[in-house]
Amino acid sequence: MTGLLAALGRPVLAGLGAVGRVALFAGAILGHLLRPPFYLRELGQSFLQIGWYSLPVVGLTAIFTGGALALQIYAGGARFNAETVVPSIVAIGITRELGPVLGGLMVAARVASSIAAEIGTMKVTEQIDALVTLSTHPLKYLAVPRVVAATLSMPVLVAAGGAIGIMGGWLVGITRLDFDSATYLRTTRDFLEFWDIGSGLVKGAVFGFIVALMGCYHGMTSGRGAQGVGRATKSAVVSASVLILAANYLLTELFFSA
Amino acid sequence: MITLSQVHKAFGANRVLCGVDLVIPAASSMVIIGGSGTGKSVLLRCILGLVRPDSGTITLDGRDVGAGDRDAFLSRFGMLFQGGALFDSLRVWENVAFRLLRGPGALPKPQARALAIEKLRRVGLKPETADLFPAELSGGMQKRVGLARAIAASPEIIFFDEPTTGLDPIMAAVINGLIREIVTEMGVTAVTITHDMSSVRAIADRVAMLHGGVVRWTGPVAEMATTPDPYVQQFIHGRADGPIESLR
Repeated sequence: MTGLLAALGRPVLAGLGAVGRVALFAGAILGHLLRPPFYLRELGQSFLQIGWYSLPVVGLTAIFTGGALALQIYAGGARFNAETVVPSIVAIGITRELGPVLGGLMVAARVASSIAAEIGTMKVTEQIDALVTLSTHPLKYLAVPRVVAATLSMPVLVAAGGAIGIMGGWLVGITRLDFDSATYLRTTRDFLEFWDIGSGLVKGAVFGFIVALMGCYHGMTSGRGAQGVGRATKSAVVSASVLILAANYLLTELFFSA
Repeated sequence: MITLSQVHKAFGANRVLCGVDLVIPAASSMVIIGGSGTGKSVLLRCILGLVRPDSGTITLDGRDVGAGDRDAFLSRFGMLFQGGALFDSLRVWENVAFRLLRGPGALPKPQARALAIEKLRRVGLKPETADLFPAELSGGMQKRVGLARAIAASPEIIFFDEPTTGLDPIMAAVINGLIREIVTEMGVTAVTITHDMSSVRAIADRVAMLHGGVVRWTGPVAEMATTPDPYVQQFIHGRADGPIESLR
């Protein structure tokens, strides 16, 4: 019996320990946010790497998702003569849920892995130690710019992805489902409310924070050698993805529960 | 002067430093020798505060290295890392001028670049190297850039971690010569860790041998060859048989 309890308790304690370490890491990053020096060049580079270069992958994901969603809603709606709901449901589905979540997952795959691999490699090649000897705090120099850039650029990516996703639905609607272009766009515009878009942007900011935090955390705690860096990269993507999905549920519950 | 007193450090069950006592005089070149895994790098990291000792004291000019303003403390040091540890995303001159471009008293970019090029020249690299990225350099050139970075901010104390590892004998001799020149010219305190005996003879004023987690022997480099200590004799002559072998 004691053995069984120990076997059950060990992963729970390990999990709680990991949560605590990540929370302390996040707290340390937040503690450095407003204290100088500020590394503006690194911040600019992070915006470019995380925001601008992620736009193609987020845009492609959004346009195909919007198109597929239009087809699915049309097919489902046809069962009870509700085909006309396609523009409204595509818009709400993309702005509230699919845009932020799929965008977040794509950015997690692209950015969390790259951050973890870069920082992990810096760790195993003593570049992090070199930063310390050069009187530069590694968290401030490496983590803060990435976390700030990801948190601020994800809402922009979500907004762009939302617009592109709605366009994907519109394109399929007018070419495959015989919708009138102007009617489709008018219905979308009339149906969408501010909070549909606002909630997606807030989710985007939270997901961006999660992606960069996981990338930096696993990079900074990477093990030795190529295997250590590989494990850190994998852990960054997996943990960021799972946390995005969990955070999405919690935020949806917070924003939209009756 | 750097003074270590009864410094202990263990990683889990692995006791690496077991009561190290060592005095590193100012404006001299101390070389710490010892086999692989004897804790030389850990000792260096403890002095710099990259690793916290489990117990014992480390002082610099009588003040505990863990106390006071950390940035001010670190600004007194320069370090050449074993693999160079150059920042891949920065150009060579930006690596050399890293400290000069940041923090209080940061120099304007053109001035920092000029100073970086001057330091690159000092270590025998052409100014054209300045705009390359570290990945475009050979191992020897990376070491020289690391050396230029270590001396860029004119530190009082410079640490050299295995400065000739991975280099061919000629390049190793060049790096040894540069280190000796720089140490003499700048009048700095140099602490080098190595197991390359040609480096020891070229660089050292004093030598300390680390073995079994303690300083086994320390003395002037001239006395190293004549000391009766069997550990030192076995190590410097690279003999397979002896007390070090029997302990493994």
